Amino acid sequence: MVNQIAVFLENKSGKTSRFLSVLRDAKINLLTVTIAESSDYGILRAITDDNEKAVKVLKENGYTVIRNDVLAVEVDGRAGALLDVVSLFDGTGINIEYFYSYTLDDNRAIILLKVDDVLKASELLDKNGVKQASI
Amino acid sequence: MTNYYDKKAETMSASEKENLQSEKLIKTVKLAYERVPIYREKMKKVGLTPADIKSIRDISKLPYTVKQDLRDSYPFGMFATDRKNIVRVHASSATTGKLTVVGYTKYDLDVWSEAVARAIVSAGGSQESIIHVAFGYGLFTGGLGLHYGAELLGANVVPASGGNTKRQLMLMKDFGTDILCCTPSYAVYLAEEMSKYGYSPEDFNLKAGIFGAEAWSEEMRKTIESKLKIKAYDIYGLSEITGPGVASECEYQEGMHVQDDYFYPEVVDKDSLEPIAYGEEGELVFTTLDKEGMPLIRYRTRDLASLNNTPCKCGRTSVRLNKITGRTDDMLIIRGVNVFPSQIESVLLNRAGVEPHYHINVDRVNNLDTIEIQVEMSEELMSDEAKVVESLRAKLAEDMASAIGISAKLTLVSPHSLARSEGKSNRITDYRKLK
Repeated sequence: MVNQIAVFLENKSGKTSRFLSVLRDAKINLLTVTIAESSDYGILRAITDDNEKAVKVLKENGYTVIRNDVLAVEVDGRAGALLDVVSLFDGTGINIEYFYSYTLDDNRAIILLKVDDVLKASELLDKNGVKQASI
Repeated sequence: MTNYYDKKAETMSASEKENLQSEKLIKTVKLAYERVPIYREKMKKVGLTPADIKSIRDISKLPYTVKQDLRDSYPFGMFATDRKNIVRVHASSATTGKLTVVGYTKYDLDVWSEAVARAIVSAGGSQESIIHVAFGYGLFTGGLGLHYGAELLGANVVPASGGNTKRQLMLMKDFGTDILCCTPSYAVYLAEEMSKYGYSPEDFNLKAGIFGAEAWSEEMRKTIESKLKIKAYDIYGLSEITGPGVASECEYQEGMHVQDDYFYPEVVDKDSLEPIAYGEEGELVFTTLDKEGMPLIRYRTRDLASLNNTPCKCGRTSVRLNKITGRTDDMLIIRGVNVFPSQIESVLLNRAGVEPHYHINVDRVNNLDTIEIQVEMSEELMSDEAKVVESLRAKLAEDMASAIGISAKLTLVSPHSLARSEGKSNRITDYRKLK
């Protein structure tokens, strides 16, 4: 499992820059980031090199921010590697809400997965020998 | 030539009027004192008994009644008659969850219908008219008020109510409707939809419109009159007093004739509440002179307006009410519906955890009123999943719509992005006033 932060951002010009400058000023590095958008706002999800500090400075700067854990699996940098993992869930009733990723230096990738049944999914991955990452 | 519905009543001399008003006020005060505890208490508090009220000139001795009194006596505590004599209730928004309830006896409905019939005739209507009522039918007094008045007149009533504009246009065109009754903003909308469906005003037989339930400007009147090729008449009323028809315009459109043999108007200073002279603007106060079910004495309407007692060219001798210019409280009128910011606040509070930091934006887009409620995001509403946040937002919007009675756009905004205000009025931006 990997800890992520989720931040509410209004869908307006300049809002993302301001958010990023808060992190820069606190010398926090983003490992990966994704936004789920609606017409008026976005939910930005990110993994930083110091989530605890990120939450603190963001709150100090007036942001609505929460932290939660998502599944993280390591996959090889080859065609079909992600499919091998995701297809394990087929027919199990586990549903993927969203995923995003970042690549490691050695061409492998970390896939961050939000599923509706974390425990069941984690057990299933273990049983099938899928390596789960944690940061 | 001016037509009247009841020439004797509408053109009576000042002394006749004063005698009639005095007689009715004495009766009303006695009834209220004997049957409604809240009036008895209010009068006792200032050392008054019904015997102290000898003529209409004594009205300023009487204590005021406010909306909170109606709320405190929810639902039937202000009724001055046995509940079995009440044949109808209507209700409008109060400042929080509960509604303001009014009850009518058969006689009260007759008086109301008479007032509306006078209004329709003064707008050029007659027994020959086909009257299209596109005010909402229901707890709101607009629809049923115009309906019963038009029926009393003997006109042909089309109870269209709200919605389905295309069908409304078809009915008006096919029936040869000559009088349209609705909110002024809906009239403008109808005019625009008319051209959208390929109609022109010449396809219709419309002569006049009776428009009310929201404040409108002279500019809006000109727009309606030129687009629909009709004469647009203003009608005023509030459910507490009876509903539409308390006052309405004649063919000269120089203020609304108050049916002051039934509803006695005063204008008082909005701060000191002292009576002020004709022509000066202040808070409009009404006393019902002929109501059995729920008499109201010196009811503060919170509407700002002025009165005019000079003679009108139409020959009616009633006092005229000039256009309503605003409110002394924070009530908003949106698409004819009364909305209080406190209703919005209580919805936000009820959804656990939501801080009531909000801002209300009211606008008029394509001639229809819109309301947007901006709510600051909080951790309680937050999720890493956009669909969870979105469904919470939708639930809030749904709660809001059922609380205020009209649909509202609900927008989530950044925390601390809305101005922190001391007065509630700063939480509202009404762009309609700026247009």
